[in-house]
Amino acid sequence: MFLINCPYCGERDQQEFKAGGEAHIERPKQPTELSDDEWAEYLFMRKNIKGIQFERWNHAHGCRKWFNMVRDTSNDEIKAIYKMGEKPPSQ
Amino acid sequence: MTKNLRVKSSEYIDETNRISFKFNGKTYHGFKGDSLASALLANNVHLIGRSFKYHRPRGIMTSGSEEPNAIVQINSGTNRTEPNVRATEVEIYEGLEASSQNCWPSVEFDIGGINNFLSPFLPAGFYYKTFMWPASFWEKYEFFIRHSAGLGKSPTSSDPDIYDHRNVHCDVLVVGAGISGILAAKNAAKNNFKTLLVDEKNELGGSTIYENNEFNKIDNKNPSEWLKKEIEELKGIKNLEIKTRTSVAAYHQYNYLLARENLTDHLEVKDKKNKIRQRLLKIRAKKVILATGALERPLIFNNNDRPGIMLSSAVKKYSEFYGVACGSKNVFFTNNDSAYESALSLYNKGINVKAIIDIRDQSESKIVKKVKEAGIKIYWSHSIVDTTGYKRLKSVSIMKLSNDGTSVTGSKISISCNCLGVAGGWTPAVHLYTQSGSKLSFDEENKVFLPNQNTSEQISVGSCGGDFKIDKIIKNLNQKLKDALNIKQTDLDNIKVEVDQENSKKNIWLLPSDKPLGKTKPFVDYQNDATAKDIKLALREGFRSIEHVKRYTTTGMGTDQGKLGNMHALGIIAETAGIKMGELGTTTFRPPYTPLTFGTIVGRNVGKFFDIFRRTPMNDWHDENKAEFENVGQWKRAWYYPINDETMHQAVQRESKAARESAGILDASTLGKIDIQGTDASEFLNRVYTNAWSKLAIGKCRYGLMLNEDGMVYDDGVTTRLGENHYIMTTTTGGAANVLGKLEDYLQTEWPELDVYLTSVTDHYATASLCGPNSKKILKKIIPNLDLSDENFPHMSFKEAHIGNIQCRIMRISFTGEHSYEINVQASYGKDLWKKCMEAGKEFNITPYGTETMHLLRAEKGFIIVGQDTDGTMTPIDLQMDWIVSKKKYDFIGKRSLYRSDTMREDRKQLVGLLTDDPDIVLEEGAQIVSELNQNPVEMLGHITSSYFSPNLKKSIALAVVRGGKNMMGKKLFVPMENKNINVTVANPVFYDEKNERLNA
Repeated sequence: MFLINCPYCGERDQQEFKAGGEAHIERPKQPTELSDDEWAEYLFMRKNIKGIQFERWNHAHGCRKWFNMVRDTSNDEIKAIYKMGEKPPSQ
Repeated sequence: MTKNLRVKSSEYIDETNRISFKFNGKTYHGFKGDSLASALLANNVHLIGRSFKYHRPRGIMTSGSEEPNAIVQINSGTNRTEPNVRATEVEIYEGLEASSQNCWPSVEFDIGGINNFLSPFLPAGFYYKTFMWPASFWEKYEFFIRHSAGLGKSPTSSDPDIYDHRNVHCDVLVVGAGISGILAAKNAAKNNFKTLLVDEKNELGGSTIYENNEFNKIDNKNPSEWLKKEIEELKGIKNLEIKTRTSVAAYHQYNYLLARENLTDHLEVKDKKNKIRQRLLKIRAKKVILATGALERPLIFNNNDRPGIMLSSAVKKYSEFYGVACGSKNVFFTNNDSAYESALSLYNKGINVKAIIDIRDQSESKIVKKVKEAGIKIYWSHSIVDTTGYKRLKSVSIMKLSNDGTSVTGSKISISCNCLGVAGGWTPAVHLYTQSGSKLSFDEENKVFLPNQNTSEQISVGSCGGDFKIDKIIKNLNQKLKDALNIKQTDLDNIKVEVDQENSKKNIWLLPSDKPLGKTKPFVDYQNDATAKDIKLALREGFRSIEHVKRYTTTGMGTDQGKLGNMHALGIIAETAGIKMGELGTTTFRPPYTPLTFGTIVGRNVGKFFDIFRRTPMNDWHDENKAEFENVGQWKRAWYYPINDETMHQAVQRESKAARESAGILDASTLGKIDIQGTDASEFLNRVYTNAWSKLAIGKCRYGLMLNEDGMVYDDGVTTRLGENHYIMTTTTGGAANVLGKLEDYLQTEWPELDVYLTSVTDHYATASLCGPNSKKILKKIIPNLDLSDENFPHMSFKEAHIGNIQCRIMRISFTGEHSYEINVQASYGKDLWKKCMEAGKEFNITPYGTETMHLLRAEKGFIIVGQDTDGTMTPIDLQMDWIVSKKKYDFIGKRSLYRSDTMREDRKQLVGLLTDDPDIVLEEGAQIVSELNQNPVEMLGHITSSYFSPNLKKSIALAVVRGGKNMMGKKLFVPMENKNINVTVANPVFYDEKNERLNA
């Protein structure tokens, strides 16, 4: 059980949160212009890294805000948390 | 048999408080303060149970939670019975009944004992090797395997006790209340840290509390006396909470720990009632101080498992703490000085110690000298090669060890004894430490794994951190405390410690015998009967990974998780395979440290609280009118309303006819409702639904289909425009929370520029859906002043109105194909609204109907139910709902995916109607559909998604998904069932009123 520092509410238990997969995958602005392969890249392809991973989290049983997290998946250490739209910390 | 082996009154045993208890049906006596193990030992009972595989007689080995052998069934035959309980952890109480496990007919005479003689035919991996072939015999083998598997018996009736969960927050959690834990907790609390100290035992002080030897002194007092004073001082410290009988089961990341607090297990049955039995503490600690101590290791030699063979430290604890002599003729077998402390403890109490067998060449420590002075015979460089005594140790045979320790020489000496204390050194209890994710390193010199890389705010102090001598413990504890808590001074700065202890130890993982290994039984895992030769066999058969050897031999897989023998298993593997132990690593220590009851894990979430459920405001009425309920998401929805002895089928047929012929009423309160406001609300709906929303007039309703980005149907429902920038969206009952979550996700992450606000209002409104040709008349009776003409209030429109003083929102929308109204009122008026409708509808025989009838009616109309007729692989095109997909809109969620090569395939599964050739046969939902009966293998075209007997059409109807079904209209297909093939014809999925004439009827 992680202790997650929600950028809006502060430290809360993991059970209040929902994980939302890889972060910084922007929905294409003009989907109709994309080839099948390009659309599939957006739709299906996700990284599964052992190590530093950027991911989306939602404070589902709290403020319901989405935010980003940098997590080391090898030891579950949370390296950084930042709001949606903010720049990710440099690696 | 029942001679009392109490040697001296102990301050921890209240001899004025005599307690009787039963073991295997026989009554014994003990005293308040006894564990079941100490009370049995005092009665000279050593034979407690039978081992798992060979059914060998086994006794009590330890005095704590690491016990592998003395596991018993408590209160057998009652609803409080509990299997696999360690006798060493049970505190006796008046009326306690315990019995042996894994033996039949009795522990004294156990038929399964024959396995012991068959043991040459039961090597490691026996089951894997034997039961592999012929494969068809598996069912026969299974019976015997299941019969012989398992140890105790689980209760067969429900647990009468109450269990609880509690969240606990603290600055410092100290695990273990031995000397290190007590000093750590005291100093943390004194420095204003909110501190929690927990220990699995009922007394504080660990092993130091009964440490009475004359060689160690703290502030010129013996350690036991000094520690008692410290414990006394704990009482007045604020910020410090102490929980005994509390065992930490799991240590997760971010200092999240689970502990079981045992509240009533030590009480008499009459005192247990209406009290919480066990409480699961969910502890979040800023810092964790592990002071879990060390476990003594046994030695691995031939026949090292007989009742009467115990850990040396346990022999000492039974004599010092419980005042019990474990035997009348005692021998110790050791590789270090610890056994000498135990021997002296017995000697000082006048208990006979016949000999000490030491595998070392010599030791010059003071304690050894003292033992020599006492006249106790010491055999240096000797090893035990065998033992005798089936149900109780009778003698040990010893021989001289060769210089390299791999063989024995000379003649055999037999020493008669009935208790053997073995001392193989100490293993730091690092289980919780590694559970936290922290890493160990191997200390070659002392042959122990020690904490190395901490991953959370934690320290390991005392012997679990690798400090075994009291001076080193206190010195290192002091420094670690100062660093971890960032404090300048502690109580420990000025403590004077004198120690006279030797560390010398000679480590031999597997002691030699005069017999070849194959003819011996040196047990490594006592509970699972894994011997050193099983481990060597596994290595010969090619297993290398420690995790594989563990599973193949079952070493360390019992309820004790190999707390005693795992180190020896590792040592033997490393030695045999020629690998360094540090490189070999350990198997994973998994939670729980000691077994937890299901009750503790589940807590209060039993019975009605097992899963939460939601009820609508009209629920009481449904209850009073004998509705059957079904679960939809978390809701309890009225399913159907049987009258008298009606079956479900009869009730549904009646309800369905009534709804079409006169009037029906459905509780639709459970539908998800999301209030959408903001200047971009219309644009937002354009993006999330497949159809266009910009031109929807205020006061109008529209059905919408929502896709996932992959183009698959996700949810559907009617949305009504209440104002220029105000909509109310309805979702499916089960999908409400997910839809809201998904919409919020897009608003926050993809389209933060949109001015849109979402509010879940599902619970705020109660909804009654009036349906049928007489619904208009009924509504007119309830709200006489509302103009219900088609011109003023047409299908797919909305009105606000009042029923008396109650404001309501009325939508003229229909899920049944009949003229219908959905009336929404504030939830608290829901039941009132329902009753008014029932009263007004009486003259029209208004019939309440449940979800089953709703499903039937909509199936007659070919309306889909998301989640029943779709399964996350259906696009709107697959559903033949092309009409709802806007061609004009540039984009909406899922649009691009509708043009992927895969979603455009002609042979995708598509929704069709199916009619059986025999109109009376109702198809089974989920049944497969084929076009050829004699094909092999037969090609499955699809399956039935909805199927009913329609009372309005007087025939069976079904919806199905069929590969390429769109182009199969009129085609004959088959539904093969277990004993017949049903002929069906593909049809239009709209079976009833294709032209929608009834909507305006």
